[in-house]
Amino acid sequence: MELRQFCSQSRVVIVAGKGGVGKTTVTAALALAATRAGLSALICEVEGKSGLAAAFGSDALEYDELHLDDRLTARTLAPDDAMVDYLESHGMKRFSHRLAKSGALDVVATAVPGMKDILVLGKIKSLEQLPAADLIVVDAPAAGHAITFLLAAQGLLDAIRVGPIRKQATEVVEMLTDATRCQVMLVTLPEETPVNELIETAFAVEDRAGVALGPVVVNGCMAPLRDQPDSITSLMAAGFSLTTSTQAIEAVAFRSSRHAMQEIQIARLAEQLPLPQIHLPQLLTAAIGRAELNKLADAMAHQIELLQ
Amino acid sequence: MTAFANLATTREIIVCCGTGGVGKTTTAAVLAIEAARRGRRAVVVTIDPAKRLADALGLDALSDEPKLIDQQTWNIFDRDPARSGLAQGTLSALMLDTKSTFDKLVHEHAPDEPAADRILDNRFYRNISGALGGTQEYMAMEKLHELHTSGEFDLIVIDTPPSRHALDFLDAPERLMRLLDNRMFRLLMMPTKTYLKLAGAALQALLRTVSRVVGREVVDDAIAFFQAFEGMEQGFRDRAAKVQELIDDPATAFVLVTTPRRDAVDEATYFAQRLESNGLQVAGLIVNRIHPEFGSESPESLRALAHGNAAILNLADFREIAIRERETLETLTARIPSDAVGYVPLLDEDVHNIATLATVATHLF
Repeated sequence: MELRQFCSQSRVVIVAGKGGVGKTTVTAALALAATRAGLSALICEVEGKSGLAAAFGSDALEYDELHLDDRLTARTLAPDDAMVDYLESHGMKRFSHRLAKSGALDVVATAVPGMKDILVLGKIKSLEQLPAADLIVVDAPAAGHAITFLLAAQGLLDAIRVGPIRKQATEVVEMLTDATRCQVMLVTLPEETPVNELIETAFAVEDRAGVALGPVVVNGCMAPLRDQPDSITSLMAAGFSLTTSTQAIEAVAFRSSRHAMQEIQIARLAEQLPLPQIHLPQLLTAAIGRAELNKLADAMAHQIELLQ
Repeated sequence: MTAFANLATTREIIVCCGTGGVGKTTTAAVLAIEAARRGRRAVVVTIDPAKRLADALGLDALSDEPKLIDQQTWNIFDRDPARSGLAQGTLSALMLDTKSTFDKLVHEHAPDEPAADRILDNRFYRNISGALGGTQEYMAMEKLHELHTSGEFDLIVIDTPPSRHALDFLDAPERLMRLLDNRMFRLLMMPTKTYLKLAGAALQALLRTVSRVVGREVVDDAIAFFQAFEGMEQGFRDRAAKVQELIDDPATAFVLVTTPRRDAVDEATYFAQRLESNGLQVAGLIVNRIHPEFGSESPESLRALAHGNAAILNLADFREIAIRERETLETLTARIPSDAVGYVPLLDEDVHNIATLATVATHLF
């Protein structure tokens, strides 16, 4: 599929997955890939703690949009900010700060299940309507919470019968359940437990929240070596020392065993979840910076083009 | 005896903290199993909704009450003959159910059954028990208190939620009290006429606003909750103080779990700072998923030598990872000095069963 077409399928893509699978880097890679197709992209951080800003060499993200790169901006969507924003834009400016300061906001948010989630999703919806960018990529809360997050609007419709929040929830449900407006991209690692959890999350997102799933991203894939040397002897014959040759063969074996283990999990995922997969390489670095994000964006763009 | 074996045999509570995907749950299980192997009655508590611990222990579902795990299931840590045949203790596990723990607390503090039921049926309460930030952490500490005072266990190992909020339990007692102390709602708890007089126009306007946004029902529920809660408050407050004592007790140990990646190490550092600002110490540091070293040659010289040989370039890449990881770990141990530091290599298989837990154990004990 053409990259630009892929990134235009829905204006909002919510990236979800359990902690530690690289949700934030996938979010950044997708947004960067979109900008390469000539689109503008906005990254929204819901939990607001990620190393995204640091990876771009930028200051910490704030509620106001921050410019990261050509056609690429990012912002946080912390629930408290979203709540104040909501009150202000609904003619309650006078109360918003008082509510926030008195702690009454906590009480109100507690009184209404999913209130904070709905405010965040409502804000995403208003960014979508503007539209704030050609593609809005949302770095969702970690796994278990992602489902609660996506179900918040429906839960709220059951709890609240009238008023502006109900209207907000209705509009959010409309957006979430319309595949041409919003999709969820699930991220996992090619390992046993993350794959199990991804499968559970996938069914919950589709069946319970009614949100369309885009391709699944398998992050941290170790590519096999294309050119496998035979043995220590052949390396030594090529002029490498015994130590280097031995270590090189050990490293090759290590890589092959990791790869084989991952292949089993990738195959199992394909069998249990009939969704296209995007494989991103494991980066052999201890930290993610701009160069690494570029590599991931390249890989993402390439894999998208391979999709049917 | 290794430092971790020492922790597992001498402490009464071990709290495992760390960001997601670093192997916190398996670490908690390994520590509890080791304590059981050394003759203690150990229980491992997970508040991770992903049920990973249940998977690791081969349980279909963990219940909110401690469930004794068959010794046959866990006592296979016998790779090292010197450590085999130790098992005299017991191992139990439970998955925290925030709501039922909270319900129990309400029953305990309510003056009578009808009062308890008024609260349990209140919609506002049902939301608090499920959704209030910090409630889960508070109930984890409450469960800890319950298990500790039951006297049934020598060691309680607790796994925390996989996020920055994991440390909310440190503030959880205070946070819940703050909500219950909310000035606006304290006014609402007063008999109607007094409240109207005191509350004044400003508060009423505020309430009207809230009602307009979320509906009158929601506000009524909240008021009913705070009215029903009156009288139970002192009990909650006393309990919060006891929970706080437990956190501060020298028999409680905090173990930080991380991987050698920079983001995980940054999170671990943040956790350590939070603990420190609460006057608590890091008793142990466990680093999981460390790549092998593959010798000591520099990646640059390997690349210069490689002449495009894929195996040598691959070796250079792995050397690069090893060097970066070592640098990251040096930063970590410099930032977080700890008597007990454990290094667990990246294993050939995922840690999701008892056999792999045993492998992890060989690196810690």
